[in-house]
Amino acid sequence: MNNSFNSTTSSPSPSARRLLSHTLIHSVLILAAIITLIPFAWLLASSIKTSADFFTSVFLPTGTGWGGIAWDRLTLGHYERLFLELGIARNLLNSFFISSVTALGATLAASMGGYALAKFRFTGSSIVTSIVLAALIIPAPLLLAPGYLFIYQLGLLDSYTGLLLPAMAPAFGVYLFRQAIWNSVPDEILESARIDGAGEFRIFFTLVVPLMRPMIGAFLLITFLGMWNNFIGPQVIFQSPELFPLSVSINQLKGVYSQDYGLIMAGTVISIAPVLCLFLLLQREFISGLTAGAVKG
Amino acid sequence: MKLCATSSVKAAPWLFLAPFLLIFGAFTAWPLARSLILACQQTFGPTNTVFVGLDNFRFLLTDPLFWTALQNTFVYALSSVTLQLPLALGLALLLNRPSLRGRTLYRLIFFSPSLVGLVFAGIIFSIIFEKRTGLVNVGLHRLFPVFDLDFPWLQNYVMPALILASLWMYVGFNMIYFLAALQNVPRELEEAAMIDGANAWHRFRHIILPEIKPVTSFVVLLSLIGSFQLFELPWALLSGPGPENRGLTIVMYLYQTGFLTNDLGYASAIGWVLAVILFTLALTQQWFNRKETRS
Repeated sequence: MNNSFNSTTSSPSPSARRLLSHTLIHSVLILAAIITLIPFAWLLASSIKTSADFFTSVFLPTGTGWGGIAWDRLTLGHYERLFLELGIARNLLNSFFISSVTALGATLAASMGGYALAKFRFTGSSIVTSIVLAALIIPAPLLLAPGYLFIYQLGLLDSYTGLLLPAMAPAFGVYLFRQAIWNSVPDEILESARIDGAGEFRIFFTLVVPLMRPMIGAFLLITFLGMWNNFIGPQVIFQSPELFPLSVSINQLKGVYSQDYGLIMAGTVISIAPVLCLFLLLQREFISGLTAGAVKG
Repeated sequence: MKLCATSSVKAAPWLFLAPFLLIFGAFTAWPLARSLILACQQTFGPTNTVFVGLDNFRFLLTDPLFWTALQNTFVYALSSVTLQLPLALGLALLLNRPSLRGRTLYRLIFFSPSLVGLVFAGIIFSIIFEKRTGLVNVGLHRLFPVFDLDFPWLQNYVMPALILASLWMYVGFNMIYFLAALQNVPRELEEAAMIDGANAWHRFRHIILPEIKPVTSFVVLLSLIGSFQLFELPWALLSGPGPENRGLTIVMYLYQTGFLTNDLGYASAIGWVLAVILFTLALTQQWFNRKETRS
């Protein structure tokens, strides 16, 4: 494609110009990539330095080792302290637990709801669809105070249920699944399965779910990430430290050990590394899911 | 066409919708209705409430903290969006070449910061913007020795620090949307313009920009809505509202009044003001879109 438009330009030396513009483009992109990656590199470096080295070196401490870096002065001490003294494993586990359960529950509720709205004609379907659309514009902070009050009245404060249950009805997800199922599940296969006598739930789980796998994967990831990074929810609902996910406990850690930069940075690495790895493994699903609709913050 | 008269098929959609509708009704619809009543009450904690009518809203009008929060949020939203989106579009334009080597890697790198939760980003940047030891001051001082190592980002320049942090987080995120939109611009259109002698700027202004307009307006709305709900990033960056409340935002004020001073009623009133601002933004976007399609 590129060659075809090059032949149409009448420049004296198109290849030289092309080389120049490519070099320029790559320089800008590489600069932007470096700016993007520097905070990550700095975070990682700070988490394996001693407090003394934190103040005297920007990235890794300089010394006589390979590459001019004092490799022997690096330490995993901050990580050791987090796991052995401060019990961060519990918070890590909590984060995994609340994020996985939310992702599974929200994806199940949203895909079933979206399927009902996309593939059934029934009295009330247009009302439900309007409710789902209207719900897309409700800002989450508006529900914070009344939601908290209701969870208090149910006696669910300081429990996993109080945080997880409200997160399992994403109107945004129902809308996404409705559109996706509408577009990519043909009516004919549902009809022929019904003629063969298959039950409705069997049709959903054996025919619709496999066809929707990319969308389901993307939505699982988005809801997992949303709960992993959720701070205000667990901060408001939980009181017992043994329920805290990483977002709440690392923020508290920063309040208590505000001068212990290495410790805080190590805690932050533990908090963001799992989702970054997950993303690296599943990036294609992730991006397709993002552009399929929108992420509601 | 897909309607069957059997009773199992009639009940089926409701069974599929049941989990969503039950939870949504209990934890979204009911709290939403309740918030209207709550906004007219003064509370201390969840149990002590007094009906005060519209007093909460009246008090909001003269509450200097609320005005500070409103002002900070507007400044943040407008400046971060006007900086974020051109940069995001610029990166997307550079990346939108099928022949570009390392395209997937670049995209991956630029996108990665948006996976970092706002609290975690706030914590990282609180140390990056430290005086003397922070990466920003040390880096700038090494590059330009005149730059003051004690530059007080988190004391006097809270808003610039917040906006820089938000650029790091969201430029790559918005780039993904622009990239998806650019990939749908018909290549023939651009090539035809090139044969007609249109230069790069003209091609951008008259072909690309009109083609990606719907996505641009969607991204603008999405970024504004997100910006107006800013809370965790400044909360973690400044360990609170910051000196002289320079980092106080609407949602932060809502959180403080609802959960630190325990007035859920006043918090709900703030929530409704936020909702009205966001509805207005969404309606304005709709109006713009409709005007565009008519002309």
